[in-house]
Amino acid sequence: MACDMKQRTVLGDATIVPSEQGVAAVKHEPLPGATTALAEPSDEPVVELRDVQFAWPGRDGFSMEIEEFVLKRGERLLLLGPSGGGKSTLLSLLAGIVIAQAGSIKALGSDIGKLGNADRDRFRAEHFGIIFQMFNLLPYGAIIDNVLLPLSFAPKRRQRTVERGGPRAEAGRLLGALGLEESLFTRAAAELSVGQQQRVAAARALIGAPEILIADEPTSALDRQHQERFLDLLFAQLADAGSSLIMVSHDESLAARFDRVCPLHETVKSQRSESQSSSSSEALS
Amino acid sequence: MTVIRLAMQSLRNRWLTALLTVLAIAVSVMLLLGVEKIRNGARASFANTISGTDLVVGARSGGLQLLLYSVFRIGNATNEVTWRSYKDIASRPEVAWTIPIALGDSHRGYRVLGTTNAYFKHYRFRDKQLLTLQAGRGGFHGLLDTVIGADVARTLGYKIGDKIIVSHGLGEIGEKHDVLPFEITGILAKTGTPVDRTVHVSLEAIEAMHVDWHKGYKMPGQTTPLAKILRMKFRPDEVTAAFIGLKSRLQAFKFQRFVNDYSKEPLTAVLPGVALHQLWSLVGTAERALLLISVMVVITAILGMITMILATLNERRREIAILRSVGAGPRTVVGLLVAETSILTLAGVVLGVFSLYGLLIVARPAIDRAYGIYLEIGAPTQRELLALAAIILGGCLAGFVPAWRAYRLSLADGMMVRT
Repeated sequence: MACDMKQRTVLGDATIVPSEQGVAAVKHEPLPGATTALAEPSDEPVVELRDVQFAWPGRDGFSMEIEEFVLKRGERLLLLGPSGGGKSTLLSLLAGIVIAQAGSIKALGSDIGKLGNADRDRFRAEHFGIIFQMFNLLPYGAIIDNVLLPLSFAPKRRQRTVERGGPRAEAGRLLGALGLEESLFTRAAAELSVGQQQRVAAARALIGAPEILIADEPTSALDRQHQERFLDLLFAQLADAGSSLIMVSHDESLAARFDRVCPLHETVKSQRSESQSSSSSEALS
Repeated sequence: MTVIRLAMQSLRNRWLTALLTVLAIAVSVMLLLGVEKIRNGARASFANTISGTDLVVGARSGGLQLLLYSVFRIGNATNEVTWRSYKDIASRPEVAWTIPIALGDSHRGYRVLGTTNAYFKHYRFRDKQLLTLQAGRGGFHGLLDTVIGADVARTLGYKIGDKIIVSHGLGEIGEKHDVLPFEITGILAKTGTPVDRTVHVSLEAIEAMHVDWHKGYKMPGQTTPLAKILRMKFRPDEVTAAFIGLKSRLQAFKFQRFVNDYSKEPLTAVLPGVALHQLWSLVGTAERALLLISVMVVITAILGMITMILATLNERRREIAILRSVGAGPRTVVGLLVAETSILTLAGVVLGVFSLYGLLIVARPAIDRAYGIYLEIGAPTQRELLALAAIILGGCLAGFVPAWRAYRLSLADGMMVRT
């Protein structure tokens, strides 16, 4: 798989971001205007990875390296790549669920690796919304409770929903905007179709307007028509919340809808050390 | 709040396994508490049977044996006490009162006890209560007067004025003392002691029954008619034992020594409390074994709960990954699992306690009838409360096993959501 022109230029773009900018240790609160400002990416990085090295402890020698990765405020970025390329690991690193052995991962000016465990969990709750490929929801939980769940761990996000009419109202508004009828709100998540579940997951990721949305193949379980609709709804709410998006997918046909497309293997160099010499650089083409 | 609500929804989602776990714990709690209740009930029943009696005197034998046959109607006397010795002891200046008793006959499986009116005046049970009547009159006014215990009356359906025949010996097959038709003149109120299962007649009546008997055997071909017996004067030859009340309890040990050293006849005197203590040390081993088994059952139930949660942990890795992704820390994950085992254990303990009390209320009459153990239904004792607290604590601690494992798994899983 080769990088097309668009990706090359975009990647070139990313490298000219001055690396000092993220060091300015300003804790970014969402700008008051951020919710209404439309998705014109600024040059300000919200996520910045430098010389990151990571290996799973005690696993079969999967390790990866990321020289540089930058996500700008308001940007909608598509990481394009097959499964097994370390995308889940990258997202785990971004969200601070796992910690890199070397390098720095900055989000909104804070170095995630330097936060304590509890602070990192709080940071993730406050600033990240996450959508998985599938099985996003607690299947027995009511829809509305699934959406409200992150607010239990994120007081600032809760506060933002209060300003917009209360957590339940905001959850209802998001669910409605994502095309879910009110009669479904108290149903158990397991009763919904896969497409509906993904939209509930989107509402959960968006509630309280976190700065960064991470989506791991959110549309792969949907058919083409539902994919389009899901992305339409997601992007509309994303703009409304003023959040940046990193989405991982293997589906190149989605590329046109994003501000920037970046092949995973150009960002992440991964290797498995089972047969050390032969496949050491499988991701590099 | 949302987290707790979701945890409850999770539990409700697994209601069958959760219910079975709660039931297992409830049953184990019932067993543990039940053993404790029966143990205490048995002790209380024994301890409550005799009260206010300072010494029991009988023919030379083991102190425990004497207590068992005289007070609890368990086993038989090996020998009797002569009337002369009894009178001698009863007339000592330290003695306030005596109750002579003569055992050895029965009525339809219930023991017949020959005694005097002193029995109704001085015999006390539980907290020094005197015997009371539910019907008829107490004491013996004629030779054939009979006062029966509450269980005898209820089980055999007797009422005042009914005539009964007493058999020699203890089984139902003993030869009948059928010349003397005893008449029920009094029915005692329920006491929860062996008195309830006793037929009381006068010492003279015991003698009268044995007019044509010699050394425990009926003389063949010799039958004295009732009319003649009723005209006869009887004086007891011997008694089986005597309950003695002293003027001062302080003299009990001294008087016991006096009886044990009595030179004219080999006698034994026991202090009921001391003999009971001997009994407890005897059955203590069995009790401890029973208690140990119930503790094991509780531990098994808690292990079962850990197994149940560990078994579902794999499918709950998804749940935990989702919680982690929305910002739940390890503390929340651990807290949820510990809360779950705590709730299950608490529910089990509450269910167990209530079921046990329900069962006790239902089974109490049957246990009383079958074993003569009257179970008090009161609030849990401090010891029982401690045991319950220990079980709940054990359940909480047990939660840390799956919680720790869940936390390890969540670290290894990262953001990957297992299917």
